[in-house]
Order: sequence, then C-alpha cells, then structure tokens
Amino acid sequence: MKILVAVKRVIDYNVKIRVKADHSDVDLTNVKMAMNPFCEIAVEEAVRLKEKGVATEVVAVTVGPKAAQEQLRTALALGADRAIHIETDERAESLAVAKLLAKVVEDEQPGMVILGKQAIDTDNNQTGQMLAALTGLPQGTFASKVVVDGGKVNVTREIDGGLQTIALTLPAIVTTDLRLNEPRYAKLPDIMKAKKKPLDVKSPADYGVEVASRVSLVKVESPAERKGGVKVASVDELIDKLKNEAKVL
Amino acid sequence: MSILVLADLHEGQLAGATAHVVAAAQAIGGDIDVLVAGEGVQAAAEATAKLDGVSKVRVADNAVYAHQLAEPMGALLVELTDGYTHVLASASTTGKNVLPRLAALKDVSQLSDVIAVDSADTFKRPIYAGNAIATVKSDDALKVITVRTTGFDAVGTSGSATVEAVDVVVENSQSSFVKEELAQSDRPELGGAKVVISGGRGMGNGENFKLLDGIADKLGAAIGASRAAVDAGFVPNDMQVGQTGKIVAPDLYIAVGISGAIQHLAGMKDSKVIVAMNKDDEAPIFQVADYGLVGDLFEILPELESKL
Repeated sequence: MKILVAVKRVIDYNVKIRVKADHSDVDLTNVKMAMNPFCEIAVEEAVRLKEKGVATEVVAVTVGPKAAQEQLRTALALGADRAIHIETDERAESLAVAKLLAKVVEDEQPGMVILGKQAIDTDNNQTGQMLAALTGLPQGTFASKVVVDGGKVNVTREIDGGLQTIALTLPAIVTTDLRLNEPRYAKLPDIMKAKKKPLDVKSPADYGVEVASRVSLVKVESPAERKGGVKVASVDELIDKLKNEAKVL
Repeated sequence: MSILVLADLHEGQLAGATAHVVAAAQAIGGDIDVLVAGEGVQAAAEATAKLDGVSKVRVADNAVYAHQLAEPMGALLVELTDGYTHVLASASTTGKNVLPRLAALKDVSQLSDVIAVDSADTFKRPIYAGNAIATVKSDDALKVITVRTTGFDAVGTSGSATVEAVDVVVENSQSSFVKEELAQSDRPELGGAKVVISGGRGMGNGENFKLLDGIADKLGAAIGASRAAVDAGFVPNDMQVGQTGKIVAPDLYIAVGISGAIQHLAGMKDSKVIVAMNKDDEAPIFQVADYGLVGDLFEILPELESKL
C-alpha cells in the first residue's frame, strides 16, 4: 500500500522564541527552522513500514511557504519516494490543512496517512483528527505502536491513564506520539539523492480549497515571567522556607 | 449562549476534569448541558448532575460509545450539537481525540487548550510550548473548544441538574477496542494533585524513583517524570509532565534531577511554588524555581523524607 506522510516546517524545538514588540505574533525572522519532531517520527514510521514490505511507496506532503521544500527534501532523504508541496504564504489553520490533505488523499488513495500528533508551534493537536473526519476514515491518534495486519491496523495509543489498543479498518489515519520510534538521521549520500526525487508543487487553488482563517490572532504576549528564586543551602532551610515563607507545607 | 460540555470519564466514572470544564463554560456564560457518553455510565451521569452550574445532563449509554472511541463519539456529537453555540471538552486525551473530529464534521475551526475566556468568542491559549500566549477570536457559528483544566478552578458539587437519556445510536464498523493497560496507583491523579514530585534523568534508574515514594506519601503528592526519565525507561509514559505529556499546576512542584528543558517547563511552570533539586547549579530549572537546592539527590532525598 501507499503511505502518505504529512510534515510541517516549524521553529526548531530548541529555540527560545521571541514575541514581536507589537504583539502581532512570534518573531520568526532569522530563526532556525526544522521539521516538526512529531512529523519526523511519522516519516520514520512510514519508512520502516516500507522496509518491512508493508508499504510500497511513501509520499511526503506539506502545506506552507516555499521554504518548506527544505523539510520535504529532508523527508525524501529519510526515505520518502516523492513529495507534494502545497505552496501558500498564508497562515494555514488545521482545518484548511486537513481539507487540503483530504484532497491529496482523494487523489492518491493511500492505505494509511501518518501525521504527527501536534505541531510544536501552534500546539493544536487537530489536523489528523480533522483529516479523518473529512475523509470518513478511522483514526488512531497518539500512537506508540502501529501493527498492520491484513486489512486492519492495530494502534496502541498513549492515553491519560496508560495505553489503549484499538483496531482500525484500512485505510486509516494515524498520528504519532514521541515514543513510536527513534527517527534516523539522513546520510549525506541520501541527502544528495533526495535532490533528484520528484517534488510536485501545487497551490490551494489547484485543490479548490480556501486557506483564509476563521480564527483571528488578536494578539500574542509573553507569558507572565516567574520571579527569580533563591538557592537554599540545606534541606532544613528548604523545609523552613516551604513551611514559613511559601506556606505550602 | 448555549453550551454543551463533553464529560470526561475514567474507567466509566466521572473524571475530575469535567468540573473544570464546566467552570470554563460558566466563564463564557449561558445554559450548560453536559453529555455523558459511554457504556454503563449511570453513576457518572448522577455525579455530573451534582456539578454546580449544569442545567441538564444528557446521557448516551450504549455499547457503541464504550471507551469513547473517536468515530462513534464524533458522529454522536454531530447529531447533538444543533442549537448549541459552544461545545467544550477537557484537553484530555479523549477531548483531543474527539473534538477536532466534531469540528471538521461541522466545518468549523477548533480552539485547543484554552486557558482563559475573554468573551464568548475570544479566548487565550498557549502556543510554542507555553512560551507565548495567543488571544484568538473565532468567527465560527459553533465554537469547538478544548479546555486546559489547570486554567479554571473546579466548580462545586451542590447542583441538581435534570438527567435525560439520549437515544441516538450511531453505527461504527471502522474501529474497535482491543485492550487497555492502565497504570494502577493509590496516589492522587497527576493532573489534579496539590503537590507533585517529579524525577528526571538525574534519578539514574527506575529503581531510584522509589526514593520519591516516601516523600510523596508524606506530602500526599503525585509522582511525575520528565521525558528523559520516561524515554530512558525509568517510569511509564503516563507519568510524563510537559508539552507532550500532562500539564500540571499544583501548589507545590518538586523537580528532582530535572534540567528544565523548554518542553518540560511547558507542563509545570504555572505551579504556584517550584522547588528544584539538582547537582548542576547551572541547570535551567533553577531559573524558574522559587527554591533551589544544589546537591546530590541521593543524599538530599532521604534527608528530606526523614525531616518532613
């Protein structure tokens, strides 16, 4: 079967972000960008399924600005066979991304779509579920284990109390949790080869999808700063402070 | 305003999170109904009826809703949302699983992890692992929202809402429950605990997490962990506090052997008092800690336990 993997270009997870002085958004100029960590895990899982002979082709797709092609090339270097870039400079919300991906699903007819469970910039945790709803497919979210068995996939999910395993009929949508796998690094020869792999560029208009957002960003602020604390010298002093100063014991 | 809240269940019982979501609904204002969907949920429905501010409890008790699988839950919610202006659920793994499905089926956006209500259409939510707070305004006719429970105090339990059965039964041939492995613990639930003590990579191994047990017992605390401790296999992943784990805001958070990565801070920096214990006095956790103690955990922890 074919596997479709959605990836997102986001700020690198180690970067300490800055809010713009006019509070309009987070400042992304000259900031290191990378593939969203959960998307890396999605690509890795798709590539592993191909290596196991479960998948025959892995197609990576992204919605975003021209620069997002870097992340598609990364996915190709990691083992994806080809890529689709839906280019837009607009801030595409989860619903718009899900609508675009639903069109790609319609075109490509994959047996499985793997996405990260959330992007570390917007922290929405919505797109996979919305894609499942729009395509009418079942969903296995927050997956820490994926086992394809004939026409079904067993997905072990990380839930609040522990783990839950569900069985889904294929085709299905899966979103990855951090513990699904350990993504590999792209090797230099693979990075070179990735430059020659096919990458189709499309626009939201090609799919007839409106990207304009329904949710407006009124303002973005830094969270309340915590006051710098004190260092104590001993356990006794700590207990004393917690009892008499902070009054939490 | 007319608000539908999806009740959170844990092993068929009403989970504490729901009382916080009802508080968020009160902040929006209007009539508040709560949907309790599952199998064998009469007791949960009765507990829900006691939550202050709830006018009506709607109970969908059917095998198809057992374990609140996303496909039947999404279909049920679509059937029930007519007439409501808002649908709310906690940002638990169930709320996160189900609500975006509803939103897409209704062709509306979803607001995730809301921490404050400015007005009926404007809300605050953290982005970038809590390093920025966005104020967002939704133009959708139906607002679909997940609520970060630590942002709202739980409502009381002196209410007496009416309880009515919902007879909508949907089909589901796409997904089925196989099994659940739930962690068993006598300690308070991590998300609602007044005191949390968490261990990180500095604990060295899973065995050493026992050093936290005695302290947790004396403080009535829940035990958490950093992602490093979970990934190293010290403790199960449902103990993880952080951007991708649980978000906690206890009165007292004690971080033991945790360096304080951005992703961990995202899960605990709204705690009232933070204590950090680490042998590295340069660890970033000390920048957010109210009280820091630099030293060897294996000396500090037994001493702390004996002196509490």
